[in-house]
Amino acid sequence: MTVAVNPSQTGEPVFYLADEHPHPEGWSTSLGFWIYLMSDCLIFAILFATFGVLGGNYAAGPAPKDLFDLDLVAVNTSMLLLSSITYGFAMLTMQQNKVAQTQVWLAITGLFGLAFIGIELTEFAHMIHEGATPQRSAFLSAFFTLVGTHGLHVSCGLIWLVTLMVQVGKFGLIEANRRRLMCLSMFWHFLDVVWIGVFTFVYLLGVLR
Amino acid sequence: MSTNSHAAHAEDHHHEGGHAHGTFSSYMLGFVLSVVLTAIPFWLVMSGALPSKQVTALVIMAFAVVQIVVHMIYFLHMNATSENGWTMMALIFTIVMVVIALSGSLWVMSHLNTNMMPMHQMSGMK
Repeated sequence: MTVAVNPSQTGEPVFYLADEHPHPEGWSTSLGFWIYLMSDCLIFAILFATFGVLGGNYAAGPAPKDLFDLDLVAVNTSMLLLSSITYGFAMLTMQQNKVAQTQVWLAITGLFGLAFIGIELTEFAHMIHEGATPQRSAFLSAFFTLVGTHGLHVSCGLIWLVTLMVQVGKFGLIEANRRRLMCLSMFWHFLDVVWIGVFTFVYLLGVLR
Repeated sequence: MSTNSHAAHAEDHHHEGGHAHGTFSSYMLGFVLSVVLTAIPFWLVMSGALPSKQVTALVIMAFAVVQIVVHMIYFLHMNATSENGWTMMALIFTIVMVVIALSGSLWVMSHLNTNMMPMHQMSGMK
């Protein structure tokens, strides 16, 4: 952003740089990442709307009541919630510059995230085994798209988490790594917010229907 | 030493407190609230404590909204001043878009359903 200003060359004042001042690296990252999350939020909104429209079209196939095991969903929800608080602890220890503790909390977060994905994949496998595939009905297409997209986000978050653990292990809690960890923190908590919508509108309201 | 570097770091970010940090107690408060706000809807649906399904549906939706707000405040550290209010502006814009997309889709498609459904019955009546 540094532009050489040499008014004497032309003899005319340059106005457009009046407000420009150098910014430290990454100064706008958190706002930019927040705007990315908001755009992601729109993707999920459209998938929720699709599920809302198609969620009742079973095509004489299985309904949510026949498919969903709320005990399993409750366990899954607690996994994601626990991973959220452990990530919070990772951020707190990061602020205190404790590298080893930050790594431990990140690892625990990753394990909870892995448990979440594992339980979700088990549930999907069970449903598909029973014939409730995405092709079976509009409800199931919308269900697999919405919940699958969330699961894909969590999986990407896990890959990102491992990458950052390697980064922190190699370079320590340098400024760039702090910024990256903060972005992942926003991403991870955002996915937990989306999951609130999923367990309420897909699972709980589905079973109520 | 670490407090010094923190102070320098805070000065580097000359925009007002770019990203708010949580404390142990705020994270724990958010976590406990989330657990309660998750457990109650699950219990309501699994036990069928409320006689009316519609009332249960409205109550669990209300719990979801409250829990989303709790997550926003305690985990995502949302406030009106971070990034000079731009995160809040982006959030409000997104909420408006989400409300339009969701309510519009559901409204239009349910009208389509009610208006299109009787067609095959009517053709049968001819």
